[in-house]
Amino acid sequence: MNKTVNQKAWFFVLPVVILVAFNALIPLMTVVNYSMQETFGDNTFFWSGVRWFEQILQSDRFWASLGRQLFFTFTILFIEVPLGVAIALTMPKKGPWVSVCLVLMALPLLIPWNVVGAMWNIFALPDIGLLGKLLNSIGFDYNYTRQTGDAWFTLILMDVWHWTSLVVLLAYAGLVSIPDAYYQAARIDGASNWKIFRFIQLPKMKRVLTIAILLRFMDSFNIYTEPVVLTGGGPGNATTLLSIDLVKIALGQFDLGPAAAMSLIYFLIILLTSWIFYTLMMRNEEQ
Amino acid sequence: MRVSKWLVPTLYIFFLMLPIYWLVSMSFKTTNEILGGFSLFPRNFTTENYVKIFTDPTWYWGYINSLAYVSLNTVISVAAALPAAYAFSRYRFLGDKHLFFWLLTNRMAPAAVFALPFLQLYSSIGLFDSYLAVALAHTLFNVPLAVWILEGFMSGVPKELDETAYVDGHSFPSFFFKIFLPTIAAGIGVAIFFCFMFSWVELLLAKTLTSVEAKPIAAVMTRTSSTSGYELGLLAAAGSLTIIPGAIVIWFVRNYIAKGFALGRV
Amino acid sequence: MAKITLNDLRHSYMPNPQSPADYALKRLDLEWRDGGAYALLGPSGCGKTTLLNIISGLLIPSHGQVLFGEQDVTRLPTDARNIAQVFQFPVVYDTMSVYDNLAFPLRNRGVPEAQVDKRVRTIAEMTDLTGMLRQRASGLTADGKQKISLGRGLVRENVNAIMFDEPLTVIDPHLKWLLRSKLKELHQKLGTTMIYVTHDQTEALTFADQVVVMKDGEVVQSGTPVELFEKPHHTFVGHFIGSPGMNIIPCQVSGGQVHVADHKIAVGNAAKLGSRNGMFELGVRPEFTSFAAAGLPVKVAKVTDTGRNRIVDTRLGNLSIKLLVENDAVIPSEGAHLAFDPGHSQVYDNGWLAE
Repeated sequence: MNKTVNQKAWFFVLPVVILVAFNALIPLMTVVNYSMQETFGDNTFFWSGVRWFEQILQSDRFWASLGRQLFFTFTILFIEVPLGVAIALTMPKKGPWVSVCLVLMALPLLIPWNVVGAMWNIFALPDIGLLGKLLNSIGFDYNYTRQTGDAWFTLILMDVWHWTSLVVLLAYAGLVSIPDAYYQAARIDGASNWKIFRFIQLPKMKRVLTIAILLRFMDSFNIYTEPVVLTGGGPGNATTLLSIDLVKIALGQFDLGPAAAMSLIYFLIILLTSWIFYTLMMRNEEQ
Repeated sequence: MRVSKWLVPTLYIFFLMLPIYWLVSMSFKTTNEILGGFSLFPRNFTTENYVKIFTDPTWYWGYINSLAYVSLNTVISVAAALPAAYAFSRYRFLGDKHLFFWLLTNRMAPAAVFALPFLQLYSSIGLFDSYLAVALAHTLFNVPLAVWILEGFMSGVPKELDETAYVDGHSFPSFFFKIFLPTIAAGIGVAIFFCFMFSWVELLLAKTLTSVEAKPIAAVMTRTSSTSGYELGLLAAAGSLTIIPGAIVIWFVRNYIAKGFALGRV
Repeated sequence: MAKITLNDLRHSYMPNPQSPADYALKRLDLEWRDGGAYALLGPSGCGKTTLLNIISGLLIPSHGQVLFGEQDVTRLPTDARNIAQVFQFPVVYDTMSVYDNLAFPLRNRGVPEAQVDKRVRTIAEMTDLTGMLRQRASGLTADGKQKISLGRGLVRENVNAIMFDEPLTVIDPHLKWLLRSKLKELHQKLGTTMIYVTHDQTEALTFADQVVVMKDGEVVQSGTPVELFEKPHHTFVGHFIGSPGMNIIPCQVSGGQVHVADHKIAVGNAAKLGSRNGMFELGVRPEFTSFAAAGLPVKVAKVTDTGRNRIVDTRLGNLSIKLLVENDAVIPSEGAHLAFDPGHSQVYDNGWLAE
């Protein structure tokens, strides 16, 4: 659409800018402030420069958390995106079952995150949970509170349960927007199912899939409540993701300086990755 | 239709329903039965857990509090996002693209990063432990989302609609409220849905910014698991009840869920 | 290549059709010879796209048969029928180049690459796409994309038929002319059966040797453009084809004689009236209506100049009768009378030509 140049449009965006600036800029400045100061809990602050940043970047603990975080994010992306696309492809396109499918699939998205954690906590308990009991009864020695592998398995399964539907909904939205003529033309052109997927469905889903990957990337990087309720970051530190570690430092140990420095590094990682995504996407759209 | 076509979505939905079933089933069990061992169905069916929630003010106030700040947040977010989305969809202005991206970055902000600064900020302006505090804090991620969704819907409305209305003698406010908003009603529905959803499911900020007066249901639940021992049945009942508002909201917007995403622009 | 026969074809989108109104297509019997250029003409919703989809195999009809030559293909899937189709809106494979788009139908059928290349280049030449073969298809304009769709329809050799479903809808008016004559030219060059669906009479009449006019799921007339113009079998055809459409005038028939407002009118199908008596309709085109010294007395209501000639709108009571006159002809302002060419005036019984 051709847009008119109109500087007065700024008045329209002003409420949003004020609201978001109040919520984003002031806290961000606080964080920046803390990240360069030192305090001993008595409201006196000393300039510490980039010391906290150096400390964080040199600590094994940070790199370990980041490593776990990256492992988690990429694992769930690799599972949820193809799985979501596959489910969207097999969903009915018309008829009464569409609503039923959509409503049931969207359900996990609307459950408060701590309830998701609690639900899986109960569901996976080895003695009285359905999943735990089942796995143990078919011969697995499964206990997610004690064994690292089991904790990861449960954590990833929970995230797949919780968020795959988002990918499904997005991919489905992309699929239903393809006009029937495309499928008809492909059949007349003698295209196989694989070629229909490769040359029609996938290109048409590209935009929504990029949104899906972007959202899943950001949200999985921000994940906090569900793993805390499920495993509490344990056993040991085995499932301590970045945000869990951050809250442990900030609220648990009240180490404001390092926590703030870590927050900024953390935010920058997300921002940078998202920016790359955003630029790539914009370039795609212009083509 | 071929069987294989039905198999995948059916299995997936079955998988989605399992943990929910387990939660609901547990909410109808007595504590003794839960801790006593594994049972697929409630053997001694009881509604005791639900009775407790509906009679204990700390419990049911948790729900009221949650619904209160979620609604307040939805109203604020959508109301602020409407004119902004209109500006982004209709006009070019200095810094519009950067502004749009900056707004989106806030959708990416980790709640964990902002929890502590928010606590200090809202305490200093005397809003701590109020609905408004949580509602405002949640605008951080909901306003960008609402702008994004609404902008997508508004871009789908041809500009000729605006021009025709002006030719017909409508003033801007009269056009905006009487003609434009009804046209994008579906988009507003989708935006309301997503604002409601993300405010309803968020816990970290909501918990940090409240103590007694505005305590959300989710926080009441965490207290239960830590202070009053292992009351799994009660926890399950409370959890089951939190699914209901979401389910109602989905039912109302079921025809727009998929569409809302498709029209959104990044 | 083969002739196409449609036998007692009927189709309903409902699972249990009861009344004729439930049918999108009501009883169709047609035979199209190999190599002909046909047009399916009718207003939106007349069933022409349904018919097209049945021929191409995208739909299976509720009743009847589709034969290609002697072979019954009614239940064969699309790819086994060896037909090509071009759709109303351009369908291009966005991620492929123009070249790959054109080559797609051939490669899917395992045609050797050397032959693919030759064929693609020939078709690109015909559709003016040669200069853009290396470009990505997604970057083209709407009519460029539609040319790709056309090209993909034409690229396969020895198809039984190529079908066009209102292919020029998205094309600019001045390009429409060009592409239409291009198609006509391609038909002559390739000699493939072409079936062209449209609601635009000009497109149908200029493209096809044989035009099938449809209405409410029925064929009302099938004939050459001249036949449709000179002897419409139904008032609908008379009205739908021609601009302005045929005049439909209530008339009194008794004893083989036709009267309009007590004036005796000579008609072409007088011999076919038989024992019909009562009120019927007289159909006569504006082209075959003229001012005369004596005849039906009318008032001139309006004159419209079309450039080539003028359309005069006259009134007989409340009834409008239109006629075409030369630019320099004198239009009587008072006491005008109309005469109809007897050879091109017909009586219609309940819409259908009295036969």
